[in-house]
Formats: sequence, C-alpha cells, structure tokens
Amino acid sequence: MNKIAALVVTLMVGGFLFYSTASFPKWGDPNQPASIHVSPRYIEKTLAETKVPNAVTSVLADYRGYDTMFETSVIFTAGIAVMMLLRRSR
Amino acid sequence: MVRVLDDVVIRTVSRILVPFMQIYSLYVFVHGHGSPGGGFQGGCIMAASFILLAVAFDLREAKKRIKERTNAIFCALGVFIYAGTGYLSFLYSGNFLDYGKLSNLLPTDPVKARYYGMAMIELGVQITVMAVMFSIFLDLVTAGKHEEMLEEEE
Repeated sequence: MNKIAALVVTLMVGGFLFYSTASFPKWGDPNQPASIHVSPRYIEKTLAETKVPNAVTSVLADYRGYDTMFETSVIFTAGIAVMMLLRRSR
Repeated sequence: MVRVLDDVVIRTVSRILVPFMQIYSLYVFVHGHGSPGGGFQGGCIMAASFILLAVAFDLREAKKRIKERTNAIFCALGVFIYAGTGYLSFLYSGNFLDYGKLSNLLPTDPVKARYYGMAMIELGVQITVMAVMFSIFLDLVTAGKHEEMLEEEE
C-alpha cells in the first residue's frame, strides 16, 4: 500500500516537472533571461576589466570569487570530516 | 591475502610518469587563465601523481614524498591563501576579494592586478584540492590506519 502511494506521488511529481518544462525558454534562444541579464556584460568586459582571455576563469575567480572561496572551503571541510571520522592514530 | 604487487614494469613506468604528471598539473594550473584548466583540475592531477605512487609502490613510498603533517598543513594553507588574498584588499580600503586594490602592492596597474589576484587564489585552490584529495585517499584506502592498503576479502 505504501509502495503504491509512493509510486503515485513520484509519478505525479515527475509528470508535473515534465509539464513545467513546456514553459521553459527555447533551447539556444538569445532572448532568454539567462542570456540577457549579466552574460553579455561578462563576455564583453572580461578582457577590458581583468586582462584574462578566458571568460570562465574571470567569472569563476573574479566576478564570482566569493562563491569559489566557499567551494574551496567545502573541499577543505570534506577533507577534515573524512579525517575526523576515519583516522585512527593508535 | 592480497598478493604484494612487485612488478618492475609498473614501478619503472610510474616512477618515470610521476614527474611528468606533476609538470602537467602545474601547466594546467598556470594556463587556466587562457585555456580550460585552473586550480581544481591541476590539484586533482597533482593528487593523482601521489596516488599513483601509493598504488604502484606502497604507502610508505608516497608518504616519504609528502608527510601526513605537511599534507594537513597544506589543506588549511590553500584556504588561508585564498581568504588572505581577499583580506589583503581591506588594507587599501577595498571590498573583500577586490583584486584591483592589489595594484598598491604589486608593480602593475589595477587591471593587471586583477589578473595576478586570480592567479593567487587559483594557487590556493590548487594546494587545498591537492592535499585534500590525497588525504581522503589515504584515509579511505587504509581505513584510517595509514599502515597498509586494505586487503582483499577472500
């Protein structure tokens, strides 16, 4: 009984998600919100503002530097957590 | 029991391969500004070179190259370099991670200073990723004892 209820819920949520994809912007549409908000500014100004030829690097390390700092902290935390859980020093 | 792997081909090839992997890791890190790459990828390749040593020889050989204590310090040092670069711009009344203000420290203009600021934080990422990957590998593969690899179940 529980499994059937779970299956129904899963199918309903999945169907809802598939239904909602119909209102997504078209693939590669130049007027979609992701392409008209900050992307053009990054693409046009990266070389002038940071002297970095690779826009990925300038977004990763400069415009979104705060984000990358905490990504590094997450990796550090993961390493410390594994060390605390597993390390046995006799 | 697990058979002790003592194959002269594997040992020789991995001994020759390790320096090239480390040079390639630094190449990926340095060229992250102009091509795909950067601290995360370079750090993973650097850790893979130590892991190759540990797999082809044994743990003692790999830990001779980088001690556990040094490795743990490197884990924290990378994050310290990253955050420290961010705090450096406070000295010149900038925002956190505002590399343009580093031009007061470096003999460059503010635009080029952003370039070098990014290189500094990528160095921090590289060091942390390298040390953490190797530390996780050592802990998982020896169940935390750091003596020898886990043995196969028979």
